[in-house]
Amino acid sequence: MKIVIINYGAGNIQSIKFAFQRLGYDAVLSDNYEEIRTADKVIFPGVGEASSAMKKLKSKGLDKLIPNLKQPVLGICLGMQLMCNHCEEGDTHGLGIFDADVIKFNKDVKVPQIGWNQIENLKSDLFKGVNEKEYMYLVHSYYVPLNNEAIAVTDYELKYASALQKNNFYGVQFHPEKSGTVGAEILKNFLKL
Amino acid sequence: MLTKRIIPCLDIKNGRTVKGVNFVNLRDAGNPVELAEIYANNGADELVFLDITATEQGRKTLIELVISVASAINIPFTVGGGISSVKDVEILLNSGADKVSINSAAVKNPELINDLAAKFGSQCIVVAIDAKQVAGEWLVHLVGGKVPTGIKLFDWAKEVAERGAGEILFTSMDHDGTKNGFANDALAVLSNLVNIPIIASGGAGNKQHFTDVFIDGKADAALAASVFHFKEIDIIDLKKELRNNKIPIRL
Repeated sequence: MKIVIINYGAGNIQSIKFAFQRLGYDAVLSDNYEEIRTADKVIFPGVGEASSAMKKLKSKGLDKLIPNLKQPVLGICLGMQLMCNHCEEGDTHGLGIFDADVIKFNKDVKVPQIGWNQIENLKSDLFKGVNEKEYMYLVHSYYVPLNNEAIAVTDYELKYASALQKNNFYGVQFHPEKSGTVGAEILKNFLKL
Repeated sequence: MLTKRIIPCLDIKNGRTVKGVNFVNLRDAGNPVELAEIYANNGADELVFLDITATEQGRKTLIELVISVASAINIPFTVGGGISSVKDVEILLNSGADKVSINSAAVKNPELINDLAAKFGSQCIVVAIDAKQVAGEWLVHLVGGKVPTGIKLFDWAKEVAERGAGEILFTSMDHDGTKNGFANDALAVLSNLVNIPIIASGGAGNKQHFTDVFIDGKADAALAASVFHFKEIDIIDLKKELRNNKIPIRL
């Protein structure tokens, strides 16, 4: 199986490569159009600031490629956010794969949310064998409000969508590569899709 | 619900853990990767590696260590100690560290916080603050609390948050090593003052101290070293007790 992690200069992608290594897979880091297009599974990672990440994506022409991919694609953290219509951070227009806008947590809570929180209302094969209310590691200041494409919900003073799915596109706000054995299970499930 | 975090801290010199550890099952007590794996499998929510190496060669060893840790463990970890530039941070993050912690360099050059937050995002920038009370006033200290500055703790905390720090790691030098509990009064003030998470450090001696730091100190996370390394407190037991005390905890 050819797993490609999109390498566009936004964030800690080594951790994701290492997580697949622990599962026995050698994932490839690439920004090459053909290599990404022909992969069996594509990971779209990202940490950092939305508008600069989107700029990097555009500079490599990957903003045109990703929405047209046919194989299973998993956006992680900022990757998932950039797959939405719009991100409030840096007034960034996203890839428009998920029909959602990403907005900032308000000042009633500490921002960023950093730490382990629960996922529930799990709806996809991505979470096969994963119990309701398992803990995942999250680090983020912006969130996706509940919507029809939500496949997991998390509560941080308000309930929001912590995972999304539309056709072959999946997105998780949490970091499965840093979420212990349950996170590893989710990555394994993704490889089976 | 977001849970409170328990964070063991490992001191590193030339790629090896320096403070004694007391784990009977360890093949090599100085091997930080092995120790990190044990903590990751036994309830730690995150890990902090504090590098106290001063030499160039030692820094290279640290990078190799970060790569080994990142490939071995599946929970987040922060690397701190001697970080003074954007380049330092870039190398550590690219090697697999999830967050970096900066201390003296931020005091000497506060603009560094802005630069790091802009380049890498606030979420991976922890600003560590060491402080102690001098004539009733909490003052920031450098070099592990040895060198006083005239900077007031609460002013500095506000400033680092405004400059883009993602978290504050506050160590009370008055409490560090005493095992008499955390600096809960100062922590509670900090927690109300800034809207970013506060990691409490210094003073952990027993399980009750952790309950107190989360309730009275309003901390978001608690860091400790020797009570974990010497098995005085087992993290799973601690987390069970915290949960019994109605504190949100991942078990």
